[in-house]
Amino acid sequence: MSRAALLVLADGRFPAGGHAHSGGAEEAVKAGRITGAASLEDFCRGRLHTTGLVAASLAAAAAVGVPAVELDAAADARTPSPTLRLAARRLGRQLMRAARATWPSDELDALAGEFPKGAHQPVVLGVAARSAGLGGDDAAHCAAYESVSGAATATVRLLSLDPFEATAVLARLAPEVDHVADLAVEAAAGALEQGAGALPAASAPLLEIGAEAHAGWAVRLFAS
Amino acid sequence: MHLDHTHGGPGAVSADARRADGSRRALRIGLGGPVGSGKTATVAALCRALRDERSLAVVTNDIYTREDAEFLLKEAVLPPERISAVETGACPHTAIRDDISANLEAVEDLEDEVGPLDLVLVESGGDNLTATFSKGLVDAQIFVIDVAGGDDIPRKGGPGVTTADLLVVNKTDLAPHVGSDLGRMAADAAAQRGALPVVLQSLRSERGVADVADWVRAQLAAWTA
Ligand SMILES: Nc1nc2c(ncn2[C@@H]2O[C@H](COP(=O)(O)OP(=O)(O)OP(=O)(O)O)[C@@H](O)[C@H]2O)c(=O)[nH]1
Ligand SMILES: [Mg+2]
Repeated sequence: MSRAALLVLADGRFPAGGHAHSGGAEEAVKAGRITGAASLEDFCRGRLHTTGLVAASLAAAAAVGVPAVELDAAADARTPSPTLRLAARRLGRQLMRAARATWPSDELDALAGEFPKGAHQPVVLGVAARSAGLGGDDAAHCAAYESVSGAATATVRLLSLDPFEATAVLARLAPEVDHVADLAVEAAAGALEQGAGALPAASAPLLEIGAEAHAGWAVRLFAS
Repeated sequence: MHLDHTHGGPGAVSADARRADGSRRALRIGLGGPVGSGKTATVAALCRALRDERSLAVVTNDIYTREDAEFLLKEAVLPPERISAVETGACPHTAIRDDISANLEAVEDLEDEVGPLDLVLVESGGDNLTATFSKGLVDAQIFVIDVAGGDDIPRKGGPGVTTADLLVVNKTDLAPHVGSDLGRMAADAAAQRGALPVVLQSLRSERGVADVADWVRAQLAAWTA
């Protein structure tokens, strides 16, 4: 594996559409659940251990070769909110475009052909990692980190939160991100033997409900 | 890794002039510029001027509402299925320059759903003087400023004013009311832009968008030549 390739894929500036999404932070800010660095940390921790763990497991499984079609169905089953399913597919399609340009591969082309309007983002992330010569551990780290970094960046914009404080939140969460990535790698190994049904199905009901409410707002900064 | 790999199939990755089925894709023209300078009004006027000659569609990039798309729908400048809105996450320039994937998808979906198209106009959310479109997203860009934003903007330059394929100085009808010197704006713009064209227009005048429409026609002719 190439550590530098991992940095390219994990870079917040990787042009895959994430900048327009808040990971539920916009709704949580409006509802008063995120008001500063401390509550941002709580929010991110909740996200990391629920949707973050699921996303990291899906990404790791895709990276180690669990069939993407099966993983995409598993991702659907683990995402009750139709709004979040749509957002995940949009982001998957955007990531697909960026990945095909950066690490072209037959596997990415095949996945794009299978899902012209987008597969779930973590699944595409896993296949992209594979095409970049990265492993399940790398894919899991990317997905787990993304599950908190997007919300932190969005909160900087939404609350004019001090960017140093937001980054310190991410640094404090780093050991937990590593832990979640480890769990995801184990789960992916299980899925290789027993199928995608063996992957974790942790969920955060308030994120799902909040996403549905957010989608109905007339005025908002972020797409989700 | 397959570094010599060529792309085909759905969602090809670049600004290739051909679509996956081998047909020529629509010409894409971006309209950028500061908040309220008249981008949406220019898009609306262009649609009215060109819609009987060419197959058109519009992508808007609103910052926190869908107002631009809704204005175009309300004015019925095009059928609703030809207007698409992209959400930009508080950063309009990111969506047109640094991370163009959502806009590319909007353009491609329009071509798939209502195509074949000759021209897609992409309006950026109102932004600052440095916001320009990526060459991966548009083939040519129009930068729209207005006389009410201050007549020193052409002199200040910046990437939009200096490098756009067409600079439009809009709302010339307001010049006497805001004390802007049109002659000075034109001279400063010419000094910044060398041979690149500048149009001074008032959409409130009878001539309206005619000069910009002629420029777009020339771009279309070159694209399909
Ligand atoms: N007097 C005058 N008003 C104009 C002209 N062109 C546009 N306007 C008005 O200027 C206002 C802003 O125009 P828009 O077209 O919405 O500007 P915009 O650049 O799309 O604005 P944002 O998308 O919000 O950045 C509207 O009230 C228009 O009617 C013009 O040539 N003369
Ligand atoms: Mg507008």
